[in-house]
Amino acid sequence: MKKELKVPLIKDGTVIDHITAGNAVQVLHIIGIPKGSSSVVSVAMNVKSKLGKKDIVKVENRELDSKEVDKIALIAPKATINIIRDYEVAKKHKVQLPDEIVGIVKCENPTCVSNTNEPVESRFKVICRDPPRIKCCYCEREPEDIADRII
Amino acid sequence: MDFKGKDVISIKDFSKKEINYILNYSEEMVPYARGEKYKDILKGKVLSSLFFEPSTRTRLSFESAMNRLGGRVIGFSDPSGTSQKKGENLVDTIRMANSYSDIIVMRHPYEGAARLAAEYADVPVINAGDGAGQHPTQCLLDLFTIRSEKRWIKNKTIILVGDLKYGRTVHSLAYALALYGAELVFVSPPNLKMPNEVINECRELGVEPVQTASLEKAIKDADVLYVTRIQKERFPDPEEYNRVVGTYKIDNELLKNGKKNLIVMHPLPRVTEIHPDVDKTPHALYFKQAFNGVPVRMALLSLVMGEKL
Repeated sequence: MKKELKVPLIKDGTVIDHITAGNAVQVLHIIGIPKGSSSVVSVAMNVKSKLGKKDIVKVENRELDSKEVDKIALIAPKATINIIRDYEVAKKHKVQLPDEIVGIVKCENPTCVSNTNEPVESRFKVICRDPPRIKCCYCEREPEDIADRII
Repeated sequence: MDFKGKDVISIKDFSKKEINYILNYSEEMVPYARGEKYKDILKGKVLSSLFFEPSTRTRLSFESAMNRLGGRVIGFSDPSGTSQKKGENLVDTIRMANSYSDIIVMRHPYEGAARLAAEYADVPVINAGDGAGQHPTQCLLDLFTIRSEKRWIKNKTIILVGDLKYGRTVHSLAYALALYGAELVFVSPPNLKMPNEVINECRELGVEPVQTASLEKAIKDADVLYVTRIQKERFPDPEEYNRVVGTYKIDNELLKNGKKNLIVMHPLPRVTEIHPDVDKTPHALYFKQAFNGVPVRMALLSLVMGEKL
């Protein structure tokens, strides 16, 4: 039987594959879609794969920056990023959280110094990559729901 | 072991080996802390004492420690007399203290304030309490007190009772006691339980803390009873405070159920949680514990400024 493509091929852009099933909407939010973007976006959710169900997001004419990739790693630690140029996969890599993430998650503690008007960016130490667990470098607290705290 | 220039922000920044070294050196400081011996190893050094929140013991014992070693202290105990009142931020205040002194000791209401200060200061920063966060020097003096009285910490049964949710001293202390392999019992009202992340840290260090609301039962096997005040200032809701204040009262009647050599500790100030009658018993260790703040802080000042006895 001929395999059917769930989402169409794209000429140039990014395919984010192996997103934890159900998290595609959060990924869209992270990469700022639909706000402020005119890219064509295709989304497939609960697609069957070897490792169970997954979501896929395809964004045309857009390559993600490293900050966006770090954010995706926080909610979809098994995701892969495929950069597509002229219908070919030009680059493919798994997302991987760095040891420390700066300026992408807001600390949930209202009395943490990172939430004041001091000249300070939020900074978290990554204590586990999958499932992601992070700890504020300032107040040493772990956010309960990381996705909720992404800036 | 070289501590010169090191910041003291959280007890977790120190290994067990380093903590042992500090405690041993604190032991050497005791006669100097009592004024029986004198050596001005910090002569010519200036300490900035920046207290953005009230303090009695921590501030005075740091000042005493610096003076006992021949150093001098500048600073404030109430930020209303400073440019903070005009809206100056913490970072700019730290930049000033950094240029006026050789070491900064600070207490601040925001968690992580000392860590931020250390990023901007070239001189060592010692955290004297950051909101409901860390209080590493209190933790060290608590360890010093338990070790002095009980000889070692491993396998001793230690109860932490009171406000385990907001109390900053108990979070650092639980971690440090687990590092030493103590048996931990957490006693608190249900809404003031020890946060899960502290319990998880204990587990990661191989200690499974017992959690209970009944102090009467727990006290029987205890070697140390560490009491904390229910801190009104940390409660977002005054109703929540009124419901729990006075839950645990330590008196001689209760202590009859404990071991003869049980020691009662408290970071102070106490309000009503320990009856004054307990002060006269051999169980009461809290005033000695408060004194121990001086030799421990002398040791830290000496070590981070690289001027040893």
